[in-house]
Amino acid sequence: MKISPQLQPYLMLAPALSVIIMLFMGGLALAILQSFGYFPLIGRHEISLHAYRHLLSQHEFYISLLLTLWLSLASTFLSTLLAIACALALRDITRGQRWLTFILQLNLPIPHLVGAVGIMFLFAQSGFLARLAYLANLIHEPADFPIMVNDPYAIGIILEYVWKETCFISVIILATLQNLGPDYEHVARTLGANRWQRFRYVLLPLIMPGVLSASILVFTFSFGAFEVPLLLGQRYPSALPVLAYRYYIDADLNARPEAMALSVLITLIITALIAAYTKLTQYYIRA
Amino acid sequence: MRLLRTIIITLLIISILFPFLPLMVWSFSHRWYFPTLMPTEWSWRAWSYIFSDSSHVLSAIMYSTIIALSVTFLSILIGLPAGRALGLHQFWGKDFIKLLVLTPTIVPTLAVALGIHGLFIRYGLADTLLGVILVHLIPVLPYMILVLASVANYDLAYEEQARSLGANPLQVFYYITLPTIFPGLMVGSFFAFIISWSQYVITLLIGGGQVVTLPILLFTFANSGDNPLTAALSLIFIAPAILFILFTSHYLSGHESMWGGLGKL
Repeated sequence: MKISPQLQPYLMLAPALSVIIMLFMGGLALAILQSFGYFPLIGRHEISLHAYRHLLSQHEFYISLLLTLWLSLASTFLSTLLAIACALALRDITRGQRWLTFILQLNLPIPHLVGAVGIMFLFAQSGFLARLAYLANLIHEPADFPIMVNDPYAIGIILEYVWKETCFISVIILATLQNLGPDYEHVARTLGANRWQRFRYVLLPLIMPGVLSASILVFTFSFGAFEVPLLLGQRYPSALPVLAYRYYIDADLNARPEAMALSVLITLIITALIAAYTKLTQYYIRA
Repeated sequence: MRLLRTIIITLLIISILFPFLPLMVWSFSHRWYFPTLMPTEWSWRAWSYIFSDSSHVLSAIMYSTIIALSVTFLSILIGLPAGRALGLHQFWGKDFIKLLVLTPTIVPTLAVALGIHGLFIRYGLADTLLGVILVHLIPVLPYMILVLASVANYDLAYEEQARSLGANPLQVFYYITLPTIFPGLMVGSFFAFIISWSQYVITLLIGGGQVVTLPILLFTFANSGDNPLTAALSLIFIAPAILFILFTSHYLSGHESMWGGLGKL
């Protein structure tokens, strides 16, 4: 049997697309249907906006939303800034660059869960840093140490994300810089650009696409992630994904459509913010 | 400027390595009360408990390994032809299909897993190994396809020439295709393994407490407040990640696109 060449790429993509459509699209579609209360498997056939209405009438939703926005935006912003600084500091050192890059890469595949445990051991009120503070006579008992784990401002969560994502974004910027080579800057230097001008008008625009996509990934992840807020966050208010999971495992089955509605809202908010961010930065890069 | 750079680099190294320090010390400690900087009593308790039968750590390692290996194998099997089609062929609707492959990277996997859970219960996939493997494919597959598409950008004429010299399809794959895509295949597989290895909430949801992988056990330990055990298990949990970096950093230099997958971790 001979397969026509026009059909060939579609056949090659068929297994992948069927997995993505059945598992991913299917899961998302089912979440949307169930958020409207439609779930024939357990005998619910009516469609309503009840779950959304109930969710949006609750105070907890809004403070959780604020908390999640705060922790994801703060983590993304801080790690992006720090990563640009680190990449610039690291890029043309002569000695030990292999080692430094290795250390930077080392922490990329470390699971967030382990990072969170490390942050807990370091920053808890009886943690390693509190002990150092005691030795330095800065505090006299654990309660004197600022609360940074399970705290109301999500500092522990932000610390963990910044710890890991700064390395992630730095590695991406370093790879871009490596591919660019030194030529652009040499040209700018011969044309009389000073250090700041070379950074602002030559390097920054060149690394911007990589920085943008990396920071979008960081934001998306930190807005939708579950483990770190569960371990390092407060129980009330909790991050939106944690709240969604709690609704889902609630003994009251009526909370399930709300869990789905919350998942749909999380996805919508992420998509809207990415769209706004991309628009904004496109405008900024052109200007 | 030189001084500023030295300060930044020193701070960077310290802050990257700092969180690992208490993990190592805690895993060997017995009594370590505030405010001593080092444990007052050391012990092997955590490590000997972890390797004893009653801790379930060995079975968790086995579960995690079986799942991650299956997910990696399946995603190579499905991703190889898909990556090749996207990397080497031009066809109608290619941009749309690329978008379709990319969308799972911006939607939280938890949202998808919550939606699909009911269906998995209905078809007997909930609380099973197979169900967990399938749901891990959601975050892993798009990434595998993208990496394999990025290395499939060589000249198809090489394969044509081998064929005209009388090579059969297997020989063409082994002598021409495989060597060209090998770096991508290695990196993609390690990423796939690590992404699956690190999944927590979707395993908890779909596995329903029946499929106890390492992260699930680690969370139980962390919640129980037993610091030495939590620390020792954390160190075991990151072992593949360290191996991963040792093996792949040499394939990765200059391929920023490949690092993208770790945004999902």
